[in-house]
Amino acid sequence: MAWDDTITALATPPGEGGIAVIRLSGPESLQMAGRLFVNGKRRKVKEFRERYLYYGFILDQDQNTVDEVLLVYMKAPRTYTREDVVEIHCHGGMIPVRKILDLLLQEGARLAQPGEFTKRAFLNGRIDLAQAEGVMDLISSKSEEAARSSLQQMEGSLSREIKAVRDDMLDVLARIEVTVDYPEEDIEGMVGEQIHKRLSTAREQCRSLLKSAHQGRLIREGIKTVIIGKPNVGKSSLLNALVRENRAIVTDIPGTTRDVIEEYVNIKGVLVRILDTAGIRETMDLVEKIGVEKSRELTRDADLILLLLDASHPLEEEDMKILQWLKDKQVLILLNKSDRPSAIEPEDIEMLTDSTIIKTSMIDGTGLDQVEEFIYHLVYSGGAGPKNSVMITNSRHKEALIRAERHLGEALDALAASMPLDLVTIDIRNVWEALGEITGESLTENLIDKIFMEFCLGK
Amino acid sequence: MEVQAGKYDIIVTGAGHAGCEAALAAARMGMKTLVVALNLDAVALMACNPAIGGTSKGHLVREVDALGGEMGLNIDKSFIQIRMLNTGKGPAVHSLRAQADKKRYQEEMKLTLENQNNLSLCQGEVVEIRTSGGRVSGVKLATGEVYSCRSVIVASGVYLKSRIIIGEYSVHSGPNGLFPANRLSENLKDLGFRLQRFKTGTPARVNKRSLDFSKMIIQPGDPAVPPFSFLNRLLQREQVPCWLTYTNEETHQIIRDNLHRSPLFSGAIEGVGARYCPSIEDKVVRFHEKKSHQIFIEPEGLHTNEMYVQGMSSSLPVEVQRAAYRTIPGLEQVEIMRPAYAIEYDCIDPTQLKLSLESREVAGLFMAGQINGSSGYEEAAAQGIVAGINAVQYLRQEEPLILDRSDAYIGVLIDDLVTKGTPEPYRMMTSRAEYRLLLRQDNADMRLTEKGYRLGLAGEERYQRLYSKQEAVQRELSRLKDAVVAPSKRINEYLKGKGSSALKTGIPLYDLLKRPEISILDIVLLGELQDEIQPEIQEQLEIQIKYEGYIQKQLRQVEQFKKTEKLRIPPEMDYSKVTGLKLESIQKLQKLQPENMGQASRISGVSPADLSVLMVYLEKQRREKKNSEA
Repeated sequence: MAWDDTITALATPPGEGGIAVIRLSGPESLQMAGRLFVNGKRRKVKEFRERYLYYGFILDQDQNTVDEVLLVYMKAPRTYTREDVVEIHCHGGMIPVRKILDLLLQEGARLAQPGEFTKRAFLNGRIDLAQAEGVMDLISSKSEEAARSSLQQMEGSLSREIKAVRDDMLDVLARIEVTVDYPEEDIEGMVGEQIHKRLSTAREQCRSLLKSAHQGRLIREGIKTVIIGKPNVGKSSLLNALVRENRAIVTDIPGTTRDVIEEYVNIKGVLVRILDTAGIRETMDLVEKIGVEKSRELTRDADLILLLLDASHPLEEEDMKILQWLKDKQVLILLNKSDRPSAIEPEDIEMLTDSTIIKTSMIDGTGLDQVEEFIYHLVYSGGAGPKNSVMITNSRHKEALIRAERHLGEALDALAASMPLDLVTIDIRNVWEALGEITGESLTENLIDKIFMEFCLGK
Repeated sequence: MEVQAGKYDIIVTGAGHAGCEAALAAARMGMKTLVVALNLDAVALMACNPAIGGTSKGHLVREVDALGGEMGLNIDKSFIQIRMLNTGKGPAVHSLRAQADKKRYQEEMKLTLENQNNLSLCQGEVVEIRTSGGRVSGVKLATGEVYSCRSVIVASGVYLKSRIIIGEYSVHSGPNGLFPANRLSENLKDLGFRLQRFKTGTPARVNKRSLDFSKMIIQPGDPAVPPFSFLNRLLQREQVPCWLTYTNEETHQIIRDNLHRSPLFSGAIEGVGARYCPSIEDKVVRFHEKKSHQIFIEPEGLHTNEMYVQGMSSSLPVEVQRAAYRTIPGLEQVEIMRPAYAIEYDCIDPTQLKLSLESREVAGLFMAGQINGSSGYEEAAAQGIVAGINAVQYLRQEEPLILDRSDAYIGVLIDDLVTKGTPEPYRMMTSRAEYRLLLRQDNADMRLTEKGYRLGLAGEERYQRLYSKQEAVQRELSRLKDAVVAPSKRINEYLKGKGSSALKTGIPLYDLLKRPEISILDIVLLGELQDEIQPEIQEQLEIQIKYEGYIQKQLRQVEQFKKTEKLRIPPEMDYSKVTGLKLESIQKLQKLQPENMGQASRISGVSPADLSVLMVYLEKQRREKKNSEA
């Protein structure tokens, strides 16, 4: 645990805004930002003036431009945290923000813990005593929020893959350590070659996870959203309303079939790819005619399903059926036609499903805001998507992978330089720690448990 | 009948490995010290294996020595075989291990205690620790004498309510037929300690004349390795070998057939045993796929035929032991002199101690060794010397010696025990030390001797040796950086022979030594060094240059670590007043009362968010205090 290293985070609220501000605080803020920044003439800035707004660009490792930015350097102690602070003002939206944050993490910055800027401000005497309780509440509530969202993420397969790499590192460590602590036991130790292979594999895994996480499927492809419902329930109207309210990005009629229409819309900065069955002839009832199998196929890899029910008609047998087979999916239920006298109330459905229920009307626009709000939160709390898809990564996962990848590289370099294995464990321990959760687990205890579980040792 | 028998500064109960170091440290630092032991024939008894050192334990011995302790000097006097383990691995894990002449080891230690000024030794059983106003005031012996003192160090080993178990037989006894201490446990409970029950065991001792060594593999010592103590130079001595043999399916079958007679499996043993010290029945059951286990036969001394059978610890009935032992090659005719046994004993929950090893319940009461849930002679000695030093510091009203995890294995040991407690007898391992590359056995003097010297424990000679070693290392390091070796036919041929690439331009010797295939010995052989350099200096140069990158890496980690260790938490904090802490964390922090933020961070379940909240709270307290003072 470090108290005074260099931390970074997005300082403005996430989502679509004109600009976003990324803040760095700590002793190396300027060096880290300075390594990524070039001025308007695309030259490195040798010396930054304090409190002076610089125009320029952030470049990635391959010297490609990531974004056009403004940068300001504020010298300790006249800053919010009383440490050196750099702020990078970039374009809003997720892609530039995430890319710049990633680059800063690669430069060695650490993603700030919830409330950490404020904590530093307080510890460094910037915030007065009266606010101490507030700071403590802020830290604990924000951490709880983060823990909740990371708990949700742990369900995801990305978490499982990260954990698999971590377990593998523990196994490698145990195999090295057991021969170190028990040199006289007849245990076949691991040789450099085997370790090299396992570390390389781990590095490949980290890289490929990072690659998929880096671009973020949801960012790249949008949230795949499928609208389903019986004929005349208002599917097309919903799509049209969402397209009308939001900027439609692409209108695409894929392939030769006109079964499905695909629309891209941008909802509060979130790219949403809506698959609409509106193209299906109205006489063709999705559930009955195409059948449950076809619907399953359509919704199988959907990140979100919008199920429209006609609130002016009582629930029918097949509505129950649909609810039943959508049970394990991420579903938002819309009780549409709420402008008419209602035959179904949310309470009638609540017992059948855990999904959120919103009353809507495509005639007067009721509930559309709530739908958009729901989609936005889904992405930012990390809950979107079916449980088995590689999800949009939260930044902590990405930070973990970036660090792990770096330590794996160091371990492999050390092996190549014929360093003794017990020294290489320093890097492998770092890999394990980097891939760890934020809950303060102890490597040593895990390691020693593993050693005694796997090997027969002792006098 | 109570008799006022005398007055001391410090009284140590127990003269095992912890008690001896504690008493010697206290007396050497000028305190009038009394050691009370159950049996003076058992001073520094090696109740289990006849060996000192081994991985990480060798490090502990060196550290005890560097502080001015006795264990290293004593094993140097009494070893009959010595080896450096792990020489094929990195320098951090090289570990000395020696076979001791058990009796000689005891005699030398006892004589050292007897000759020590300020130190008295007496046979007796301490049954009560007396307190007055929450502070130690004296001890009472079973025979009625009462000694007054200001500090007590409990180093009672495995003797508290100990019970020996061999198959269906069990008896209240200490190791080796010695008396147990049955009354001190209750007194400790009354003083507020929570007791746990642990179990350990030892294999049989057998007669050398009944063994056939021709069926075993000889395990000789190393011809020339450095001794344990930094005060000694290379010791040349005739060494005695150990022997290696193996169990087989027949052995395992006998054990399986008789498992129902093992108290471990029948439930007759309640104590918790250690995973790293399994009995042979444990091994056979838990690792049933393993067809054979190693058995080392170790001599117990030069003037005895008893041999220690490492790997055959057991609590099975004697006739089963005999049958099982006789299936092992070389042991077909074995004559068991002392059977293997399991032993159960009381110990305390070490989380009730401060990092100084002083009890949080009673001021002036220190605990060291197996009473704290550890196991092993070296672990005991390490705690003993710290308890001894800190009892003196307590009386001097000075800051205690607290070694942290980046200072020494001793620091790792004590921090682990005190911060986390231990569910089983605790053994040191190199894997427990996060900063082990810095905590090497070769630099224990450079890490600790100055501390020992300032405390008044390490003597002038140690300090002078340290000083000249450090000076020589610095001098030679800068010389290696300056001395450029020019390419020449002779040099390039030599390098070629080593599989190293030829020099094209001159490079500093420092850089040449960084090549993995070039050792300091090569530099010496090349004749590039001006003067003769002591082997111990050569070793330092080689390690510091070759592993510079990793050493730097660990130093950076330590720098971060030290920052949190320095953030002190006031004693007797009321954590329920800290808003924003998780309930679970409040309970743990309340119980464990960590002394600094680093220690708090190592309590399982305490999250980084809890620590942040705590830091803000402490800062708030500090400012409020400052405001009210102003």
